Amino acid sequence: MAWQVAALQQLLNGLALGSVYALIALGYTMVYGIIKLINFAHGEMYMLGAYFGFYAITMFKLSLFPAMLVSMVAAAVVGVLLERIAYRPLRNSPRISVLITAIGASLLFQSTAQLVFGAAFKPFPQAMPFRRIQLGPVFITNRQLLIFGVAVVLMVALHLLVTYTKFGKAMRAVARDKEAALLMGINVDRIISITFALGSALAATAGILVGMYYNRIDPYMGTMPGLKAFVAAVLGGIGIVPGAVVGGLLMGVAENLVVTLGSSTLRDAVAFAVLIVVLLVRPNGLLGKKGMEKV
Amino acid sequence: MKNKLTGLVWTALLALVYAAVRFLEGRGVLLPYHVQILSLCCINIILVVSLNLINGFTGQFSIGHAGFFAIGAYLSAYLTVKLQVPFLAAVLCGALLAGVSGVAVGLPALRLRGDYLAIATLGFGEIIRVIILNTDAVGGARGFSGIPKYTTFGLAYLIAIITVVAIHNFVSSDFGRACLAVREDEIAAESLGVNSTYFKVLAFALGASFAGAAGALFSHYLQYMAPTASQIGFLKSIDILIMLVLGGLGSLTGSVIAAIVLTILPEFLRGFAEYRMVIYPLLLIAVMIYRPAGLMAGRELSLSSLLALGKGARTHGQHS
Repeated sequence: MAWQVAALQQLLNGLALGSVYALIALGYTMVYGIIKLINFAHGEMYMLGAYFGFYAITMFKLSLFPAMLVSMVAAAVVGVLLERIAYRPLRNSPRISVLITAIGASLLFQSTAQLVFGAAFKPFPQAMPFRRIQLGPVFITNRQLLIFGVAVVLMVALHLLVTYTKFGKAMRAVARDKEAALLMGINVDRIISITFALGSALAATAGILVGMYYNRIDPYMGTMPGLKAFVAAVLGGIGIVPGAVVGGLLMGVAENLVVTLGSSTLRDAVAFAVLIVVLLVRPNGLLGKKGMEKV
Repeated sequence: MKNKLTGLVWTALLALVYAAVRFLEGRGVLLPYHVQILSLCCINIILVVSLNLINGFTGQFSIGHAGFFAIGAYLSAYLTVKLQVPFLAAVLCGALLAGVSGVAVGLPALRLRGDYLAIATLGFGEIIRVIILNTDAVGGARGFSGIPKYTTFGLAYLIAIITVVAIHNFVSSDFGRACLAVREDEIAAESLGVNSTYFKVLAFALGASFAGAAGALFSHYLQYMAPTASQIGFLKSIDILIMLVLGGLGSLTGSVIAAIVLTILPEFLRGFAEYRMVIYPLLLIAVMIYRPAGLMAGRELSLSSLLALGKGARTHGQHS
């Protein structure tokens, strides 16, 4: 019986981690959908979000949710500036140039954060007391519940935004065909800016949630979750919003199961093995449709 | 006739550089520390030039070059330390295994392009690192120490020259032309009968095996390998990529110059080490925005262009 309980427990932990991946993956997928760029610096928005939250709580004595809001806004501003300064001048350049720029931006954020915030990790303030809730043989912590709650609320909000509002319609139009959208009078630059803002805000929330969950933040915390969230986005089908959620949850669960079954150092390899298999077997992702390749 | 002459002049120049280093070393002008840095320059030249074949000339986008480097470094170290294999044979084995894994990476790469390929190669690099981290025979997470110091400046210099000449000859051959065609327009190249699959895998295999040789030289230069991101992981790949991009994709001389400058420069800027990783990315972004083709912009610095500046020098690349 013991291993079934352990597996169930890991499943639960995996879903919590997976919701975080899903939140980050949403930003990747939206940006990719709209300008076909893997925004390598997206993981750094998550890191910055955690630091903004940290300072909002410790220096400005805000409670958790106002701090989260402040951090979302701040990260959104950084995301918009990043797009303005680094990506917009390259909109008509080869994709490789933009990709190299994105890698550069990611490194820049990391090393600047290291200079400004210090290289050592910081303990994240516990804005809510730790509690364990027993559910039969397994337990769930109130932090995990917080992660689920915040993630679900944000995902539903995003879904409603993309599906039912005028902005969402414009966003989908730009993703489908930028020139045509422009001809229909859509302000493409503005839509792209808002997409970066939304994605960065979601990543910032994920940063705070993880900061609380693991109780520590550091300038390099964004690299691995950023890459894994990208894998999650590819797994679900890049450019597809529900795909990011499905991919994120699957990745979180898979990783935790590997940790239960084997070595915890292997967990980082799981993500990339998943990626290579997905790209070979189903390059459009689980929810993706097969598209014609345009010449 | 002219080719023969430039070949002779190059050989003489390279021999002169080697003799000068040896001479200055003997007179105590160059300290062992300086010669160490020069060896590292040669190793980095091999890495950057071999990545240039994949990224610059064939138009693929690999950010997992450190994976091949790691394979060469660890395999050769294992061979010399545990099995007492002669060093040169170990270097060859390292290059060979790296080349084989280059084929293994090149094959899935056929179905992926651009950014997907980038992530897949990155994933490959990380998988290699995690495997090394979990292999006790090569020290696992503790690192591999006690590697004998077999890498001399002369050897590194020689292998760097072999790499540059081999890749230069490859690129100017029919094979190289096909790689360039794949880079410029894969579909057009296919329609002209170029088997793009074959050439992509070939570029990966060649580039990877040179990176493996560089790894073998590196592990027997530093005498210690640690499975960290900055030594064999993502950060190492990015380091190589930065040198490549600053030198210019598709320019061999650009790669060589960038590798030398970016290896020596940090030694002078030791006091500003923490700013290095702020300045490099800024440079990278600035280059992409203002001079996307890099320092050399796809051109080559050749003897004739050096001698006859402005006389419409005949060069390997398209000289404007």
